[in-house]
Amino acid sequence: MATVSKPIPNITPDMAPFYEGARNGRLMVQKCDACGTLRFPAYELCSQCLSTRSSWAPVSGRGEVYSFNIMHQVYHPAFAAEVPYAVVVVKLEEGPKIVSNLAGIKPHEIKCGMPVEVFFEKLSDEVTLPKFRPRAAGR
Amino acid sequence: MGRNFDHHNAIGFAIEAVELALRDAGLERSELDGLLVNPGITWAENTMASFTLQQAMGLTNLRLTATMGLGGATASAMIMHAAQSIDAGMADAVACVFADAPLQPPAPDTGKSGGAGAAYGFGRGLNASYGQFGVNAQYAFVARRHMHLYGTTNDHLGAVAVAQREWANMNPAAQFYDTPMTMEDYHASRWIAEPFHLFDCCLVSNGGLAVIVTSADRAKSLKHPPVYILGMGQGHPGGDPMDTLVSGAPLAKATAFKMAGIELGDINFAELYDCYTFTVLVTLEDYGFCKKGEGGPFVAAGNVRPGGALPVNTGGGQLSSFYMWGMTPVAEGVVQMRGEAGRRQVPRHDIGLVSGNGGILSTHGTLVLGANP
Repeated sequence: MATVSKPIPNITPDMAPFYEGARNGRLMVQKCDACGTLRFPAYELCSQCLSTRSSWAPVSGRGEVYSFNIMHQVYHPAFAAEVPYAVVVVKLEEGPKIVSNLAGIKPHEIKCGMPVEVFFEKLSDEVTLPKFRPRAAGR
Repeated sequence: MGRNFDHHNAIGFAIEAVELALRDAGLERSELDGLLVNPGITWAENTMASFTLQQAMGLTNLRLTATMGLGGATASAMIMHAAQSIDAGMADAVACVFADAPLQPPAPDTGKSGGAGAAYGFGRGLNASYGQFGVNAQYAFVARRHMHLYGTTNDHLGAVAVAQREWANMNPAAQFYDTPMTMEDYHASRWIAEPFHLFDCCLVSNGGLAVIVTSADRAKSLKHPPVYILGMGQGHPGGDPMDTLVSGAPLAKATAFKMAGIELGDINFAELYDCYTFTVLVTLEDYGFCKKGEGGPFVAAGNVRPGGALPVNTGGGQLSSFYMWGMTPVAEGVVQMRGEAGRRQVPRHDIGLVSGNGGILSTHGTLVLGANP
Protein backbone atom coordinates (compact mmCIF):
# COMPACT_ATOMS: atom_id res chain seq x y z
CA MET A 1 0.00 0.00 0.00
CA ALA A 2 1.34 3.37 -0.96
CA THR A 3 1.96 5.61 1.96
CA VAL A 4 2.27 9.36 1.94
CA SER A 5 4.86 10.80 4.26
CA LYS A 6 4.16 13.76 6.48
CA PRO A 7 5.42 17.12 5.31
CA ILE A 8 9.03 17.67 6.25
CA PRO A 9 9.91 21.33 6.69
CA ASN A 10 12.41 22.99 4.41
CA ILE A 11 15.42 24.15 6.36
CA THR A 12 15.59 27.83 5.56
CA PRO A 13 18.86 29.65 6.39
CA ASP A 14 17.25 31.73 9.13
CA MET A 15 15.92 28.60 10.90
CA ALA A 16 19.00 26.39 10.34
CA PRO A 17 20.33 26.77 13.91
CA PHE A 18 17.00 25.52 15.25
CA TYR A 19 17.26 22.32 13.21
CA GLU A 20 20.93 21.91 14.00
CA GLY A 21 20.10 22.18 17.69
CA ALA A 22 17.29 19.64 17.36
CA ARG A 23 19.63 17.16 15.63
CA ASN A 24 21.90 17.50 18.66
CA GLY A 25 19.08 17.13 21.16
CA ARG A 26 18.80 20.77 22.14
CA LEU A 27 15.83 23.10 21.78
CA MET A 28 17.01 26.45 20.45
CA VAL A 29 15.25 29.80 20.19
CA GLN A 30 16.42 33.06 18.73
CA LYS A 31 17.82 35.70 21.09
CA CYS A 32 18.15 39.42 20.46
CA ASP A 33 21.76 40.36 21.11
CA ALA A 34 20.76 43.95 21.86
CA CYS A 35 17.95 43.58 24.42
CA GLY A 36 17.99 39.87 25.20
CA THR A 37 14.37 39.19 24.17
CA LEU A 38 13.83 35.59 23.08
CA ARG A 39 11.71 34.85 20.02
CA PHE A 40 10.43 31.95 17.95
CA PRO A 41 10.21 31.28 15.05
CA ALA A 42 13.08 33.21 13.47
CA TYR A 43 12.67 36.82 12.42
CA GLU A 44 15.27 39.16 11.03
CA LEU A 45 14.53 41.89 13.56
CA CYS A 46 13.64 41.96 17.23
CA SER A 47 10.03 43.15 17.49
CA GLN A 48 10.86 44.89 20.79
CA CYS A 49 13.98 46.93 19.94
CA LEU A 50 14.22 46.37 16.16
CA SER A 51 17.84 45.28 16.39
CA THR A 52 19.04 42.95 13.65
CA ARG A 53 21.72 41.45 15.89
CA SER A 54 20.69 38.02 17.05
CA SER A 55 22.00 34.62 17.98
CA TRP A 56 20.49 31.32 19.00
CA ALA A 57 20.29 30.11 22.58
CA PRO A 58 19.36 26.75 24.08
CA VAL A 59 16.35 26.67 26.38
CA SER A 60 15.37 24.20 29.08
CA GLY A 61 12.79 22.38 26.99
CA ARG A 62 10.35 22.70 29.87
CA GLY A 63 7.08 24.54 29.59
CA GLU A 64 3.35 24.13 29.84
CA VAL A 65 0.49 23.55 27.45
CA TYR A 66 -0.71 27.06 26.67
CA SER A 67 -3.44 25.96 24.30
CA PHE A 68 -4.31 23.07 22.02
CA ASN A 69 -6.74 21.85 19.42
CA ILE A 70 -7.85 18.40 18.39
CA MET A 71 -7.75 17.99 14.65
CA HIS A 72 -10.47 15.92 12.98
CA GLN A 73 -10.42 17.40 9.51
CA VAL A 74 -7.84 15.70 7.29
CA TYR A 75 -5.86 18.45 5.55
CA HIS A 76 -3.04 16.16 4.45
CA PRO A 77 -3.31 12.45 3.60
CA ALA A 78 -0.41 11.54 5.87
CA PHE A 79 -2.55 12.48 8.85
CA ALA A 80 -5.63 10.51 7.77
CA ALA A 81 -4.80 7.54 9.99
CA GLU A 82 -4.08 9.77 12.99
CA VAL A 83 -7.24 11.84 13.34
CA PRO A 84 -8.27 12.87 15.87
CA TYR A 85 -4.86 14.11 16.94
CA ALA A 86 -3.90 17.08 19.07
CA VAL A 87 -1.68 20.01 18.19
CA VAL A 88 -0.43 21.95 21.20
CA VAL A 89 1.01 25.39 21.80
CA VAL A 90 3.74 25.04 24.41
CA LYS A 91 4.73 28.12 26.35
CA LEU A 92 8.35 27.57 27.27
CA GLU A 93 9.58 28.49 30.74
CA GLU A 94 11.78 31.09 29.06
CA GLY A 95 8.78 32.75 27.39
CA PRO A 96 8.51 31.90 23.69
CA LYS A 97 5.70 29.71 22.41
CA ILE A 98 6.15 26.78 20.04
CA VAL A 99 3.59 24.69 18.16
CA SER A 100 4.15 20.95 18.54
CA ASN A 101 2.61 17.60 19.40
CA LEU A 102 2.26 16.02 22.80
CA ALA A 103 3.15 12.33 23.06
CA GLY A 104 2.14 9.81 25.68
CA ILE A 105 -1.31 11.18 26.35
CA LYS A 106 -4.71 10.87 24.72
CA PRO A 107 -5.91 14.06 23.01
CA HIS A 108 -8.94 14.45 25.26
CA GLU A 109 -6.81 14.20 28.41
CA ILE A 110 -4.77 17.27 27.51
CA LYS A 111 -5.41 20.36 29.62
CA CYS A 112 -4.19 23.93 29.42
CA GLY A 113 -1.50 24.52 32.02
CA MET A 114 -0.22 20.94 31.94
CA PRO A 115 3.58 20.80 32.51
CA VAL A 116 5.50 19.32 29.58
CA GLU A 117 9.08 18.68 28.50
CA VAL A 118 10.74 18.34 25.14
CA PHE A 119 12.03 15.21 23.40
CA PHE A 120 13.28 14.80 19.86
CA GLU A 121 12.00 12.75 16.96
CA LYS A 122 14.23 12.13 13.94
CA LEU A 123 12.39 12.41 10.60
CA SER A 124 15.39 12.35 8.23
CA ASP A 125 19.13 12.89 8.31
CA GLU A 126 18.51 16.61 8.13
CA VAL A 127 15.31 17.09 10.08
CA THR A 128 14.70 16.22 13.70
CA LEU A 129 11.60 17.70 15.31
CA PRO A 130 11.14 18.73 18.92
CA LYS A 131 8.03 17.20 20.43
CA PHE A 132 6.73 17.25 23.98
CA ARG A 133 5.48 14.86 26.63
CA PRO A 134 3.89 15.42 30.02
CA ARG A 135 6.23 15.86 32.97
CA ALA A 136 5.64 15.84 36.69
CA ALA A 137 5.10 19.38 37.96
CA GLY A 138 8.23 20.92 39.44
CA ARG A 139 10.61 18.58 37.68
CA MET B 1 -24.29 34.94 -2.85
CA GLY B 2 -24.03 31.39 -1.68
CA ARG B 3 -23.83 28.24 -3.79
CA ASN B 4 -24.07 30.47 -6.81
CA PHE B 5 -22.46 29.67 -10.15
CA ASP B 6 -23.86 32.55 -12.20
CA HIS B 7 -20.35 33.68 -13.06
CA HIS B 8 -17.13 31.94 -13.97
CA ASN B 9 -15.02 33.86 -11.51
CA ALA B 10 -14.93 36.51 -8.82
CA ILE B 11 -14.72 39.39 -11.30
CA GLY B 12 -18.06 38.42 -12.81
CA PHE B 13 -19.66 38.56 -9.37
CA ALA B 14 -17.91 41.86 -8.61
CA ILE B 15 -19.24 43.50 -11.77
CA GLU B 16 -22.79 42.31 -11.17
CA ALA B 17 -22.62 43.58 -7.58
CA VAL B 18 -21.49 47.03 -8.69
CA GLU B 19 -24.17 47.17 -11.40
CA LEU B 20 -26.87 46.25 -8.87
CA ALA B 21 -25.61 48.84 -6.41
CA LEU B 22 -25.57 51.54 -9.09
CA ARG B 23 -29.11 50.62 -10.15
CA ASP B 24 -30.24 50.71 -6.54
CA ALA B 25 -28.73 54.17 -6.12
CA GLY B 26 -30.05 55.41 -9.46
CA LEU B 27 -26.54 56.22 -10.67
CA GLU B 28 -24.98 55.67 -14.07
CA ARG B 29 -21.75 53.76 -14.39
CA SER B 30 -20.14 56.91 -15.80
CA GLU B 31 -20.95 58.76 -12.58
CA LEU B 32 -18.72 56.44 -10.57
CA ASP B 33 -15.38 58.08 -9.92
CA GLY B 34 -14.03 55.81 -7.22
CA LEU B 35 -13.52 52.04 -6.99
CA LEU B 36 -12.22 50.22 -3.93
CA VAL B 37 -11.82 46.46 -4.04
CA ASN B 38 -11.34 43.73 -1.48
CA PRO B 39 -10.41 40.69 -3.55
CA GLY B 40 -11.28 37.30 -2.14
CA ILE B 41 -8.85 34.39 -2.23
CA THR B 42 -9.65 33.38 -5.81
CA TRP B 43 -8.77 36.57 -7.68
CA ALA B 44 -6.02 35.78 -10.16
CA GLU B 45 -4.48 39.21 -9.69
CA ASN B 46 -4.64 40.29 -6.09
CA THR B 47 -2.19 43.14 -5.80
CA MET B 48 -3.94 45.34 -8.38
CA ALA B 49 -7.41 43.88 -8.24
CA SER B 50 -9.11 47.27 -8.43
CA PHE B 51 -7.38 48.01 -11.75
CA THR B 52 -8.35 44.58 -13.05
CA LEU B 53 -11.97 45.29 -12.16
CA GLN B 54 -11.85 48.82 -13.59
CA GLN B 55 -10.69 47.44 -16.94
CA ALA B 56 -13.13 44.55 -16.86
CA MET B 57 -16.10 46.85 -16.43
CA GLY B 58 -14.86 49.68 -18.61
CA LEU B 59 -14.59 52.39 -16.01
CA THR B 60 -12.65 55.42 -17.17
CA ASN B 61 -11.33 58.54 -15.49
CA LEU B 62 -11.57 57.28 -11.92
CA ARG B 63 -10.29 59.72 -9.36
CA LEU B 64 -9.79 57.17 -6.62
CA THR B 65 -8.97 53.48 -6.53
CA ALA B 66 -7.27 50.98 -4.27
CA THR B 67 -7.03 47.28 -3.60
CA MET B 68 -7.33 46.85 0.11
CA GLY B 69 -6.45 43.99 2.41
CA LEU B 70 -7.24 43.96 6.12
CA GLY B 71 -8.91 40.56 6.00
CA GLY B 72 -12.44 40.70 7.37
CA ALA B 73 -12.02 44.35 8.37
CA THR B 74 -11.50 45.41 4.76
CA ALA B 75 -15.14 46.14 3.93
CA SER B 76 -15.51 48.66 6.73
CA ALA B 77 -12.06 50.09 6.00
CA MET B 78 -12.98 50.59 2.33
CA ILE B 79 -16.07 52.52 3.37
CA MET B 80 -13.96 54.65 5.70
CA HIS B 81 -11.43 55.38 2.94
CA ALA B 82 -14.26 56.28 0.57
CA ALA B 83 -15.93 58.59 3.09
CA GLN B 84 -12.69 60.37 3.90
CA SER B 85 -11.84 60.79 0.24
CA ILE B 86 -15.27 62.22 -0.54
CA ASP B 87 -14.96 64.57 2.42
CA ALA B 88 -11.58 65.70 1.07
CA GLY B 89 -13.04 66.43 -2.34
CA MET B 90 -11.14 63.61 -4.03
CA ALA B 91 -14.19 61.70 -5.27
CA ASP B 92 -18.00 61.95 -5.47
CA ALA B 93 -19.31 58.40 -5.78
CA VAL B 94 -17.19 55.45 -4.73
CA ALA B 95 -18.07 51.79 -5.16
CA CYS B 96 -16.68 49.47 -2.46
CA VAL B 97 -16.68 45.86 -3.61
CA PHE B 98 -15.98 42.37 -2.32
CA ALA B 99 -16.27 39.29 -4.49
CA ASP B 100 -15.02 35.73 -4.42
CA ALA B 101 -15.76 32.41 -6.11
CA PRO B 102 -14.02 29.65 -4.14
CA LEU B 103 -16.72 27.05 -4.85
CA GLN B 104 -15.76 26.95 -8.49
CA PRO B 105 -13.82 25.04 -9.43
CA PRO B 106 -13.51 22.72 -6.41
CA ALA B 107 -9.96 22.85 -5.12
CA PRO B 108 -8.06 19.67 -6.02
CA ASP B 109 -6.34 17.91 -3.13
CA THR B 110 -2.70 18.38 -4.03
CA GLY B 111 -1.49 16.64 -0.93
CA LYS B 112 0.50 19.71 -0.10
CA SER B 113 0.21 21.58 3.12
CA GLY B 114 -0.89 25.12 3.34
CA GLY B 115 -4.15 26.59 2.16
CA ALA B 116 -5.20 29.51 4.28
CA GLY B 117 -2.63 28.58 6.90
CA ALA B 118 0.21 29.05 4.46
CA ALA B 119 -1.34 32.25 3.20
CA TYR B 120 -1.22 33.63 6.71
CA GLY B 121 2.42 32.57 6.98
CA PHE B 122 2.18 30.82 10.32
CA GLY B 123 5.22 28.76 11.23
CA ARG B 124 6.78 28.69 7.77
CA GLY B 125 6.13 25.03 7.13
CA LEU B 126 7.25 23.80 10.52
CA ASN B 127 3.71 23.74 11.90
CA ALA B 128 2.55 21.51 9.06
CA SER B 129 4.94 18.84 10.29
CA TYR B 130 2.85 18.67 13.44
CA GLY B 131 -0.42 18.52 11.53
CA GLN B 132 -1.32 22.16 12.06
CA PHE B 133 -3.14 23.32 8.92
CA GLY B 134 -5.41 26.22 8.12
CA VAL B 135 -7.03 29.05 10.00
CA ASN B 136 -9.62 26.87 11.76
CA ALA B 137 -6.81 25.21 13.70
CA GLN B 138 -5.20 28.54 14.63
CA TYR B 139 -8.47 30.11 15.76
CA ALA B 140 -9.16 26.98 17.78
CA PHE B 141 -6.08 27.72 19.89
CA VAL B 142 -7.47 31.13 20.79
CA ALA B 143 -10.94 29.80 21.53
CA ARG B 144 -9.43 27.12 23.78
CA ARG B 145 -7.64 29.80 25.80
CA HIS B 146 -10.96 31.61 26.26
CA MET B 147 -12.55 28.38 27.46
CA HIS B 148 -9.65 27.77 29.84
CA LEU B 149 -9.64 31.26 31.36
CA TYR B 150 -13.34 32.10 31.37
CA GLY B 151 -15.15 28.78 31.41
CA THR B 152 -16.65 29.21 27.95
CA THR B 153 -18.22 25.96 26.69
CA ASN B 154 -19.38 24.43 23.46
CA ASP B 155 -22.93 25.10 24.63
CA HIS B 156 -22.02 28.79 24.59
CA LEU B 157 -20.52 28.58 21.12
CA GLY B 158 -23.52 26.55 19.99
CA ALA B 159 -25.88 29.24 21.30
CA VAL B 160 -24.34 31.65 18.76
CA ALA B 161 -24.72 29.14 15.93
CA VAL B 162 -28.34 28.34 16.82
CA ALA B 163 -29.33 31.99 17.26
CA GLN B 164 -27.86 32.97 13.91
CA ARG B 165 -29.55 30.03 12.24
CA GLU B 166 -32.86 31.31 13.57
CA TRP B 167 -32.17 34.63 11.84
CA ALA B 168 -31.03 32.90 8.64
CA ASN B 169 -34.28 30.96 8.52
CA MET B 170 -35.99 34.29 7.85
CA ASN B 171 -33.49 35.43 5.18
CA PRO B 172 -34.32 34.17 1.68
CA ALA B 173 -30.78 35.03 0.51
CA ALA B 174 -29.18 32.79 3.16
CA GLN B 175 -27.55 29.47 2.31
CA PHE B 176 -29.37 28.08 5.35
CA TYR B 177 -32.73 29.77 4.66
CA ASP B 178 -35.60 27.77 6.07
CA THR B 179 -33.21 25.13 7.43
CA PRO B 180 -33.71 24.90 11.20
CA MET B 181 -30.93 23.81 13.52
CA THR B 182 -31.23 22.77 17.15
CA MET B 183 -28.55 22.68 19.83
CA GLU B 184 -28.56 18.91 19.35
CA ASP B 185 -27.85 19.40 15.65
CA TYR B 186 -24.99 21.70 16.57
CA HIS B 187 -23.41 19.16 18.91
CA ALA B 188 -23.95 16.40 16.35
CA SER B 189 -22.19 18.31 13.59
CA ARG B 190 -18.76 16.86 12.90
CA TRP B 191 -15.70 18.20 14.58
CA ILE B 192 -13.31 20.20 12.43
CA ALA B 193 -10.67 21.29 14.92
CA GLU B 194 -11.84 21.03 18.52
CA PRO B 195 -13.26 23.08 20.10
CA PHE B 196 -14.84 23.90 16.72
CA HIS B 197 -17.63 21.86 15.24
CA LEU B 198 -18.55 22.34 11.60
CA PHE B 199 -21.28 24.75 12.68
CA ASP B 200 -18.80 26.92 14.56
CA CYS B 201 -17.16 27.78 11.25
CA CYS B 202 -18.31 30.19 8.57
CA LEU B 203 -19.66 29.04 5.24
CA VAL B 204 -17.88 28.94 1.91
CA SER B 205 -19.69 31.11 -0.62
CA ASN B 206 -19.52 32.46 -4.13
CA GLY B 207 -20.76 35.96 -4.76
CA GLY B 208 -20.19 39.66 -4.71
CA LEU B 209 -21.41 42.60 -2.67
CA ALA B 210 -21.00 46.30 -3.33
CA VAL B 211 -22.04 49.52 -1.66
CA ILE B 212 -21.87 53.04 -3.10
CA VAL B 213 -20.54 55.75 -0.81
CA THR B 214 -21.30 59.37 -1.63
CA SER B 215 -21.79 62.65 0.21
CA ALA B 216 -24.91 63.18 2.31
CA ASP B 217 -25.90 66.07 0.06
CA ARG B 218 -25.62 64.03 -3.13
CA ALA B 219 -27.38 61.06 -1.54
CA LYS B 220 -30.50 63.11 -0.86
CA SER B 221 -31.30 63.29 -4.56
CA LEU B 222 -30.72 59.59 -5.27
CA LYS B 223 -33.30 56.86 -5.68
CA HIS B 224 -33.47 55.50 -2.11
CA PRO B 225 -33.16 57.17 1.28
CA PRO B 226 -29.47 56.89 2.22
CA VAL B 227 -27.97 55.14 5.19
CA TYR B 228 -25.71 57.60 6.99
CA ILE B 229 -22.28 56.87 8.42
CA LEU B 230 -22.42 58.43 11.88
CA GLY B 231 -19.09 57.14 13.10
CA MET B 232 -16.17 55.03 12.00
CA GLY B 233 -12.95 53.77 13.52
CA GLN B 234 -10.29 51.10 13.38
CA GLY B 235 -8.29 49.11 15.90
CA HIS B 236 -5.36 46.82 15.25
CA PRO B 237 -3.93 45.63 18.56
CA GLY B 238 -0.90 43.62 17.41
CA GLY B 239 0.71 41.04 19.65
CA ASP B 240 -0.59 37.53 20.25
CA PRO B 241 -4.37 37.20 20.51
CA MET B 242 -3.91 34.09 22.65
CA ASP B 243 -2.37 36.31 25.34
CA THR B 244 -5.03 38.99 25.35
CA LEU B 245 -8.21 37.35 24.00
CA VAL B 246 -9.17 40.87 22.98
CA SER B 247 -9.95 42.05 19.45
CA GLY B 248 -9.39 45.52 18.02
CA ALA B 249 -12.98 46.44 18.90
CA PRO B 250 -12.23 48.53 22.03
CA LEU B 251 -9.87 50.78 20.06
CA ALA B 252 -12.12 51.02 17.01
CA LYS B 253 -15.24 51.57 19.10
CA ALA B 254 -13.71 54.48 21.02
CA THR B 255 -13.01 56.38 17.79
CA ALA B 256 -16.29 55.52 16.10
CA PHE B 257 -18.60 56.15 19.05
CA LYS B 258 -16.94 59.47 19.81
CA MET B 259 -17.38 60.54 16.20
CA ALA B 260 -21.01 59.45 16.24
CA GLY B 261 -21.65 60.98 19.66
CA ILE B 262 -23.35 57.81 20.86
CA GLU B 263 -23.13 55.36 23.73
CA LEU B 264 -23.54 51.61 23.67
CA GLY B 265 -27.17 51.85 24.79
CA ASP B 266 -28.01 53.80 21.65
CA ILE B 267 -27.30 50.76 19.45
CA ASN B 268 -30.49 49.10 18.16
CA PHE B 269 -28.85 46.07 16.55
CA ALA B 270 -25.37 44.77 15.74
CA GLU B 271 -23.90 43.04 12.72
CA LEU B 272 -20.69 41.52 14.07
CA TYR B 273 -18.03 39.81 12.03
CA ASP B 274 -18.45 36.07 12.58
CA CYS B 275 -15.80 33.93 10.95
CA TYR B 276 -16.45 31.65 13.93
CA THR B 277 -19.06 31.51 16.68
CA PHE B 278 -16.22 32.32 19.05
CA THR B 279 -15.48 35.62 17.28
CA VAL B 280 -19.01 36.81 18.06
CA LEU B 281 -18.57 36.09 21.79
CA VAL B 282 -15.29 38.01 21.93
CA THR B 283 -16.68 40.92 19.91
CA LEU B 284 -19.76 41.23 22.16
CA GLU B 285 -17.40 41.40 25.14
CA ASP B 286 -15.07 43.89 23.51
CA TYR B 287 -17.84 46.34 22.65
CA GLY B 288 -19.00 46.10 26.26
CA PHE B 289 -22.38 44.44 25.69
CA CYS B 290 -21.26 42.14 28.52
CA LYS B 291 -18.18 41.81 30.72
CA LYS B 292 -14.96 40.22 29.47
CA GLY B 293 -15.32 36.49 29.54
CA GLU B 294 -19.12 36.57 29.77
CA GLY B 295 -19.92 36.47 26.08
CA GLY B 296 -20.99 32.84 26.35
CA PRO B 297 -23.58 33.27 29.11
CA PHE B 298 -24.78 36.51 27.44
CA VAL B 299 -25.62 34.66 24.24
CA ALA B 300 -26.90 31.54 26.01
CA ALA B 301 -29.41 33.77 27.84
CA GLY B 302 -31.07 34.48 24.49
CA ASN B 303 -30.01 38.11 24.11
CA VAL B 304 -28.95 37.97 20.47
CA ARG B 305 -31.60 35.72 18.95
CA PRO B 306 -34.79 36.97 17.28
CA GLY B 307 -36.82 38.76 19.94
CA GLY B 308 -33.78 39.17 22.20
CA ALA B 309 -32.59 42.40 23.80
CA LEU B 310 -29.82 42.90 21.21
CA PRO B 311 -30.48 41.53 17.73
CA VAL B 312 -27.13 40.31 16.38
CA ASN B 313 -26.27 39.09 12.88
CA THR B 314 -29.85 39.39 11.82
CA GLY B 315 -29.40 37.86 8.38
CA GLY B 316 -27.74 34.75 9.76
CA GLY B 317 -24.22 36.12 9.43
CA GLN B 318 -21.38 34.28 7.81
CA LEU B 319 -22.21 31.18 9.84
CA SER B 320 -25.63 30.72 8.29
CA SER B 321 -26.22 33.15 5.42
CA PHE B 322 -23.15 33.69 3.23
CA TYR B 323 -19.43 34.30 3.65
CA MET B 324 -18.67 37.57 1.92
CA TRP B 325 -16.07 38.57 4.51
CA GLY B 326 -16.70 42.03 6.00
CA MET B 327 -19.38 42.78 3.41
CA THR B 328 -21.77 40.30 5.01
CA PRO B 329 -22.27 42.44 8.15
CA VAL B 330 -22.18 45.68 6.10
CA ALA B 331 -24.87 44.47 3.72
CA GLU B 332 -27.19 43.25 6.45
CA GLY B 333 -26.64 46.48 8.34
CA VAL B 334 -27.76 48.48 5.29
CA VAL B 335 -30.78 46.24 4.68
CA GLN B 336 -31.90 46.60 8.31
CA MET B 337 -31.33 50.36 8.39
CA ARG B 338 -33.48 50.72 5.29
CA GLY B 339 -36.23 48.63 6.83
CA GLU B 340 -36.10 46.12 3.98
CA ALA B 341 -35.41 42.98 5.99
CA GLY B 342 -38.88 41.46 5.69
CA ARG B 343 -39.68 38.84 8.33
CA ARG B 344 -36.40 39.42 10.10
CA GLN B 345 -36.70 43.21 10.27
CA VAL B 346 -35.69 44.47 13.71
CA PRO B 347 -38.30 46.78 15.27
CA ARG B 348 -35.91 49.68 15.94
CA HIS B 349 -33.35 50.60 13.32
CA ASP B 350 -32.29 54.17 13.94
CA ILE B 351 -28.71 53.31 14.87
CA GLY B 352 -26.90 50.12 13.87
CA LEU B 353 -23.44 48.79 14.64
CA VAL B 354 -21.32 46.99 12.04
CA SER B 355 -17.97 45.38 12.77
CA GLY B 356 -15.23 43.84 10.67
CA ASN B 357 -12.47 41.62 11.99
CA GLY B 358 -9.45 40.29 10.16
CA GLY B 359 -6.64 37.86 10.82
CA ILE B 360 -7.14 36.33 14.25
CA LEU B 361 -8.60 39.21 16.24
CA SER B 362 -5.87 41.21 14.47
CA THR B 363 -7.60 43.96 12.51
CA HIS B 364 -10.91 45.62 13.34
CA GLY B 365 -13.24 48.17 11.79
CA THR B 366 -16.31 49.79 13.36
CA LEU B 367 -19.10 51.55 11.48
CA VAL B 368 -21.98 53.26 13.24
CA LEU B 369 -24.87 53.54 10.79
CA GLY B 370 -27.71 55.99 11.18
CA ALA B 371 -31.14 56.41 9.61
CA ASN B 372 -30.71 60.16 9.97
CA PRO B 373 -27.65 62.40 9.49
